[in-house]
Amino acid sequence: MEQRKVMINVNNLNKSFGELHVLKDVNLEVHEQDVVVLIGASGSGKSTLLRCLNYLEYKESGTITIDGKVIEPDQTDLNKVRQEVGMVFQHFNLFPHKTVLENVIEAPVMVKKIPKEEAIEEGRALLKKVGLADKEHVYPSKLSGGQKQRVAIARSLAMKPKIMLFDEPTSALDPELVGEVLSTMKDLAREGMTMLVVTHEMGFAREAADTVVYMHDGKIVEKGTPSDIFSQPKHQRTKDFLGTIL
Amino acid sequence: MKGLLLTLQITVVSVLIGTVVGLLFAFFKLSNSKILNWIANVYIAIIRGTPLIVQIFFFYFGLAELGISSYWCATLGLALHNSAYIAEIFRGSIQSINKGQLEAGRSLGMSTALAMRRIVLPQAFRRALPPLGNQFIIGLKDSSLAAFISSSELFNVATTQGSRTFEEMTYLLIVAIYYLVLVLLFTLLVNKLERKIAGGDE
Repeated sequence: MEQRKVMINVNNLNKSFGELHVLKDVNLEVHEQDVVVLIGASGSGKSTLLRCLNYLEYKESGTITIDGKVIEPDQTDLNKVRQEVGMVFQHFNLFPHKTVLENVIEAPVMVKKIPKEEAIEEGRALLKKVGLADKEHVYPSKLSGGQKQRVAIARSLAMKPKIMLFDEPTSALDPELVGEVLSTMKDLAREGMTMLVVTHEMGFAREAADTVVYMHDGKIVEKGTPSDIFSQPKHQRTKDFLGTIL
Repeated sequence: MKGLLLTLQITVVSVLIGTVVGLLFAFFKLSNSKILNWIANVYIAIIRGTPLIVQIFFFYFGLAELGISSYWCATLGLALHNSAYIAEIFRGSIQSINKGQLEAGRSLGMSTALAMRRIVLPQAFRRALPPLGNQFIIGLKDSSLAAFISSSELFNVATTQGSRTFEEMTYLLIVAIYYLVLVLLFTLLVNKLERKIAGGDE
């Protein structure tokens, strides 16, 4: 198992917002096909870590290596990197002026210059995969939150990324809609997508994660398999955190 | 009738130029460059801070000597005047688009320029439409000031006819009705357009 290649390597990553030191010497390694779930209280730096990985936030120091390539904003074409690192946001961020299908094919056509017919075909297949084949001509405002998030997942997948980042993908959803998004994500994990997921859904972490990482105050406190973390956490902080949410 | 056409022409051309220049200054204001910010701020401050009639005369006395017609003096004066207000309209509407939209575009590998053009601007234009329509109406009525540099647009025709026939009130009334009808027709058009593009709005 240890032969699988390293998709993401984070080495001594630091990030501050003004006076606030959000990430403190974070080290993380994600192998191909791994599903890593980041847990921790709000403000612990999970989302910032995710956003640093596709450079929506710029790191301050440390190195980030994606698929063997060291990423430095002034030397790397970040647009290329972002094509390979998909991101799903808490608030979906679908394009409201475009239909569901147009949302999905926008980047393949405009960025990758894939012929439109081809993109439409692939887009339809992706929508079918997330269970929304019948919604392709609908505008996002007509969809439920769960449907929106599934479209957002399809939109990201349309770029055929090697890695998918999920930033609290179910936090903005009504409880009854969480399940459909999580099951789409589980399907994706089963297909072997490398995934890094920030979530408060411990059920998902237990079921789908290979590794669970607990963050507190900008640091990684503990990481391990779901059963290790949930059944026998080593650190008191992890115990406390799990105590508050389980 | 010729006056009416000229009025429409001055208005449409000046608003079109004003939109292009306005968009440019909106980008200046939104840019990270301090110099561009400063240029836009000074430009907008000067244009908004001085009366339109002064600007039109400025163009008239400045440019007419170079052989530029009073029509173009009036049109350019109005265009620059409009552009300052349109710049603020665009700046506001672009800023009102959720930051997540740009981030979503960028996370898909789009360059900032592409995400701006394909994602942010179409939504910003939609939001800018009502205030832009308003600005167009103001521009339409402001075009009457071109009469003062002897452009024979609607208002000039009316006052000339009025003093020729000594029926000033009649002609003023007629010209007022002309403007009113134009504005009403245009308002109708904008409303229709708004409804048409409202399609996918949240």
